[in-house]
Amino acid sequence: MLRPNTTKGKLIVVEGIDGSGKSTQIDLLYKWLQSQGYSVYFSEWNSSPLVKSTTKRAKKDKSFTPTTFSILHCTDFADRWENSIYPLLKAGVIVLADRYVYTAFARDVARGVDPDWVRNMYSFAIAPDVAFYFRVPLDIAVERINSARASLKYYEAGMDMKLSDNIDESFKLFQSHILGEYDRMVDEFGLTLIDGTLPVKTQQKKVRMIVKKMLGGWQGLDNPNKASIIMENPLAPSKAKGSKK
Amino acid sequence: MSTNNFYGAGFPYRNFQKLPGKLIVVEGTDGVGRSTQIRELRHWLEAEGYAVSDTGLTRSDLTSSGLEEAKSGHTLGPITMSLFYAADFADRIENLIIPALSAGFVVLSDRYFYSVIARNAMRGLDKEWTRQLYGMALRPDLILYLKANVPTLVSRLVHGRGLNYWEAGMDMHLADNMYDSFVQYQTLVMKEFDELAVEYNFVTIDADQKVDKIIEDLKVPITQLLRNRLPKEMKPN
Repeated sequence: MLRPNTTKGKLIVVEGIDGSGKSTQIDLLYKWLQSQGYSVYFSEWNSSPLVKSTTKRAKKDKSFTPTTFSILHCTDFADRWENSIYPLLKAGVIVLADRYVYTAFARDVARGVDPDWVRNMYSFAIAPDVAFYFRVPLDIAVERINSARASLKYYEAGMDMKLSDNIDESFKLFQSHILGEYDRMVDEFGLTLIDGTLPVKTQQKKVRMIVKKMLGGWQGLDNPNKASIIMENPLAPSKAKGSKK
Repeated sequence: MSTNNFYGAGFPYRNFQKLPGKLIVVEGTDGVGRSTQIRELRHWLEAEGYAVSDTGLTRSDLTSSGLEEAKSGHTLGPITMSLFYAADFADRIENLIIPALSAGFVVLSDRYFYSVIARNAMRGLDKEWTRQLYGMALRPDLILYLKANVPTLVSRLVHGRGLNYWEAGMDMHLADNMYDSFVQYQTLVMKEFDELAVEYNFVTIDADQKVDKIIEDLKVPITQLLRNRLPKEMKPN
């Protein structure tokens, strides 16, 4: 249901529950690809400035329903898709995405929306050349999240689902639903499974090996800044924050 | 009303009680006089003793400010725009239309997702994609389609609120000025509507007539609907 990639570019995405370490991994991958002289662009889930005012307000008012939550996240994705991801793929850029359509399929279905409905909504998107799924057991992810940030937010803890009055408990229950959805998608979409409990460096080695193989012989858009890659790049991913969107 | 009353999956995470109200949609192109007619219908229904709620595209609290902001910048891609509309629509269905229908109101909707299918189709978006996206839409009890010729539309707009960028379809670059663009754009919209009218069982109303004649034509199918299908206790004395 996702369209095959017929563009000149390459699309690489990372997926996983909060605390799976995917943002760290994509950050390292980004730096490596750039050091290799490729034209690389990074796009992050829920980051379109256009949709921001709407989602921010709805989050504050807690006025999302599972359906409006789902559609507005797709709106955000579509804006990034139409204004950057798709045209850059056409131009021959390697696009890296921290979370992609699978995040919506996992989260929105965990919230109770119809699986086919949400898949149809995202069907304008292209199937990635590689989709890494960083799998970690729930307790490890929760421990990482708890040590990395101050407090959980209402929607990320799935409080809208009324699973539990306790925010930590709710987060755990919600994440376990999401984890279940991700696991189901490994076969459905041919996700590339990476064990997220391995040392960061070991994981990155695997990631780079797979990407290198995928890029073998491929020529993308020329990068005129090859010589100055260490300079601040406006397209660079924000540092892995241990905080998700 | 059961889940069969949605075009698709509806809202699987919610259970709905029977919805005793009636959902009446007024569709039609820009400038055809929908809002005038809806105002008249509301007065009439209220005088007859029905509780009435009205709603229209892009009127949800959730998205209206964001949508206005985005439209004023003209940077919205067609898919993004379409999804913004869908978010607005879903918000109003869940938070406004369904509660009003469960309270037994007659809900008058100024346009419905059929307009969005038409505008999306003209911008090259897959019709099936849009149809499935609106699987959360309730099937209305009655869809009234106000149909007028382009010269009627132009005359009403020029003597009314004037032509605007989006209603003229300027984003489609059909012509270099708003008048020609409006004429071409609305002609295409009407072709789409003619197909939708068959697919979704629109009741077509001749909107080239005088305004006070149109209202009389609109009242006929509504009277029939409310007489036949509202529970007895809801009927006015």
